Amino acid sequence: MKQNLEDQTLTSIKQNEKTGACCSSPLYGSKTISILSSQSQKVIRSTSSDITFSDHLDHFIARLGVKREKHIVEPGLYAMGIPKKESPVFVSANYTLSFDALRSSLKGIDCYILVLDTKGINVWCAAGKKTFGTNELVYRIEIVGLDDIVNHRTLIVPQLGATGINSKEVRARCGFKVEFGPVRADDLPEYLKTHHATDEMRRVRFTLYDRIVLIPVELNNFLLPFLIVSVILALTGNYTAVAATIATAISGLVLFPILLPWIPTTDFSTKGFIIGGLTALPFVQYSIYGMMDETLWVRYVWGLAYLLVIPSISAFLALNFTGSSTFTSVTGVKSEIFTYMPKVAVISGIGILLIIVLTSMRILEGI
Amino acid sequence: MFNSYISNTLEYDPELCINCGMCSIVCPHRVFRMDGKVVKLLDPLSCMECGACQLNCPTKAIRVDGGVGCASAMMLAAIKGKKEVTCGCDSSCC
Ligand code: SF4
Ligand code: SF4
Repeated sequence: MKQNLEDQTLTSIKQNEKTGACCSSPLYGSKTISILSSQSQKVIRSTSSDITFSDHLDHFIARLGVKREKHIVEPGLYAMGIPKKESPVFVSANYTLSFDALRSSLKGIDCYILVLDTKGINVWCAAGKKTFGTNELVYRIEIVGLDDIVNHRTLIVPQLGATGINSKEVRARCGFKVEFGPVRADDLPEYLKTHHATDEMRRVRFTLYDRIVLIPVELNNFLLPFLIVSVILALTGNYTAVAATIATAISGLVLFPILLPWIPTTDFSTKGFIIGGLTALPFVQYSIYGMMDETLWVRYVWGLAYLLVIPSISAFLALNFTGSSTFTSVTGVKSEIFTYMPKVAVISGIGILLIIVLTSMRILEGI
Repeated sequence: MFNSYISNTLEYDPELCINCGMCSIVCPHRVFRMDGKVVKLLDPLSCMECGACQLNCPTKAIRVDGGVGCASAMMLAAIKGKKEVTCGCDSSCC
């Protein structure tokens, strides 16, 4: 139970967030103790390193990209185990996946976790938006009264939070020293032995697993247009085109993230073109050699339409995936947009036009 | 050919560096290396312009144009004719 606060307390926390007043020393223990006074922000909630079934379920739903705003942890201070005044303080985001990754990595370590209000966004993305930022950190330290709770002045912040947190400024404003820990929470136990992170711990990766877990969100973002197009094409009785639409969705949204590092070229757009080209080939072949009841030119035009539309849609989806990748720079992505997107728009535009004409002809012939 | 990632906005002035090591701690792509009296640019092309080094360098020896590297946000901004790109995809990205 991470949010076992009574509604009443919650309301008063919200009301008091603006004032940020603090004075009396807060109570804390292994259970949540809420102080129903004007200092009610100074609540220390308890948590554990156990990931329960309902946490797993929550992660699963969060990964599907469903109701993202629901996967939040109440910002504030959490006690794990029985922390003492000298226990370490870790900083996290109020997204359940971030918070749970941290607490599950800290098995058997008595500590505090300071959860910032990042609006339910993970540490890195929130740091980019500066919600996981200097101001929020300093503010949160103040309102939970961290000064009185611990007798040291060190915070362990995930390395990727550095995009939003200026360690020098934090120190100047509230006296706490920011220590940037490893990129991944799993490396924390190793890190805590020496407080030194190896090069590998400091490097962000984009593993097969990392890419696979992004697939549901990709599907969630783009599946609807594909479904609509499939339904329309199915109504015209053109099942080859329906299959091509589904194949494009699968190759662009599922195969592309999986195969990313192994597809030739560096640019995401050209990688997408390649994957889309391969996807288009069987449909081009089928149109030309398989649709024997159609006239020759109709067959060739269908083939051409597939060859134009599938790779360009695929390139567009691929370029969008840069937003989820962990290494593309803004300058590079901009340059990709300028280099390829005008061409993609023209090519797919012509292809789509051909499909509309061919489909209208089918419908007219049907009548 | 087919590599748009051959340049970026990372600039580093060794004259200003006091060798504190902050940049090499925060960089998720190991662009800097502590070496001798000042830090060295080991692999500037793998910089993703996250801005962490610039924000945490105490002497402003590093400059980089950070920003939201979200293609859909950028395209949307370009279409709408806005200069500033904000990742409005709170509910879908990352
Ligand atoms: S953070 Fe700045 S001063 Fe410190 S080592 Fe890097 S460049 Fe030098
Ligand atoms: S902007 Fe980010 S990726 Fe680039 S050098 Fe600085 S810390 Fe490294």
